[in-house]
Amino acid sequence: MSVGIVSYGAYIPRYRIKLDDIAKVWGDDAEILKSGLMVFEKSFPDVDEDTATIAVEAARSAVRRAGIDAQRIGAVYTGSESHPYAVKPTSTIVAEAVGATPVLTAADFEFACKAGTAAVQTCMGLVASGMIDLGMAIGSDVAQGAPGDALEYTAAAGGVAFIIGSKESEITAIIEDTYSFTTDTPDFWRREGMPYPEHGGRFTGEPGYFKHVTNAARGLMEKMNTKPEDYDFAVFHQPNGKFPSRAASMLGFSKEQIKPGLVVPRLGNTYSGSCMMGIAATLDQAKPGDRIFATAFGSGAGADAFSITVTDRIEEIRNSAPKVEELLANPIYADYAKYARHKGKIKLA
Amino acid sequence: MITMSVPRFWRKQIARYNLVGTYCKTCNEYFYPPRNVCPTCRRDGQIGEHKFNGNGELITYTVIHTAAEGFEGQTPYVLGIVQLEEGPRLTSQIVGDPKEMHIGMKVRPVFRRLGQSGERGMIYYGTKFVPA
Repeated sequence: MSVGIVSYGAYIPRYRIKLDDIAKVWGDDAEILKSGLMVFEKSFPDVDEDTATIAVEAARSAVRRAGIDAQRIGAVYTGSESHPYAVKPTSTIVAEAVGATPVLTAADFEFACKAGTAAVQTCMGLVASGMIDLGMAIGSDVAQGAPGDALEYTAAAGGVAFIIGSKESEITAIIEDTYSFTTDTPDFWRREGMPYPEHGGRFTGEPGYFKHVTNAARGLMEKMNTKPEDYDFAVFHQPNGKFPSRAASMLGFSKEQIKPGLVVPRLGNTYSGSCMMGIAATLDQAKPGDRIFATAFGSGAGADAFSITVTDRIEEIRNSAPKVEELLANPIYADYAKYARHKGKIKLA
Repeated sequence: MITMSVPRFWRKQIARYNLVGTYCKTCNEYFYPPRNVCPTCRRDGQIGEHKFNGNGELITYTVIHTAAEGFEGQTPYVLGIVQLEEGPRLTSQIVGDPKEMHIGMKVRPVFRRLGQSGERGMIYYGTKFVPA
């Protein structure tokens, strides 16, 4: 039995801030930052948007794209590192707002930037076992970066929802297999009650991102006996533009393979939405029969790799909801003051 | 801060999230917020549930510069009366630049935060409108 993505939906808030405007506030050199990070601007939420509203918009797009009867959804899992409540699931809000309640299971996931793909894997298991008909996995974030911290240059807002199912006539992209690599690595954390995350400096690159991404990716290709040339496209978690490009070249994937999914230069890092946004942007362009290799990474740390094959169904559903490129178009540019206000960095008395 | 009680918001939650209203099968009139009795047909009315798709038109609007408690961080913002395609009119915040608003503008619904009961209380979600 095949399991796969029945439908997908994305959402990106319209507001953008250019890295130049952030650098100006902190006295940093914008040119060095832009060439180092390969990120030029990032999205941020409106004053009344948060992880839950973004998740709902993405989820509604996914339901609309394939004309799904939301009552068939038996599980909603929302992955995020910025859930609006410490206790009260975002997934209950999403389930109610898409009309999937009350007969379903729901929970929130947290695994830094890969909570969304952990939700995808959980839905795959539930669907494959026959426990549920359809499952919804969401990665959504209004990512936090402390004022002046390096993370502030990339932490962005956006979300993606996948509806996972097993009816062959409905599957848009078959998930052939998945493979995960997880260790206890102190590269990034946020303690309860703290507004901003901390990062463990030297653990960020090699011991965090590259070790986990390459091990998960190589593990999946060994398990499936595939190689980079077997894939038309590849997506790697994109905390900036440089890391996924380097991971791709370390593994033997070309620049052309990662190009359609590499949205981070104009979007920033949407954390739990990041890798899923890359997959969504690739699905927006893929042809039936194309194969996509994807690896998400979450600090803490772990990586989830997926091997995906696009089916004929993509042509039928693709245009029924906004594409990632459409969501990136027509941004509203704002300065740091407006960004700080929207992100709640200015406290009113 | 919104002073609405948690149960009061919860009772209207489905209507606010998904624009669920009612309509009278007898006279074919639509209601939002939902009515349990048709004001025209009275006891002859037959009320059924109706989910509005939310597309509508801006009938009139005002720009708020001096906000009520809890909305200070959003000024200037737009409050408008939206007429849904099926007929009912409702008051809602219209998301967007006040300079872009005009009477007769087509609008579509979005899911947003409506408010919260302070830092410790519930967050209230529901429908607002954006230019279509």
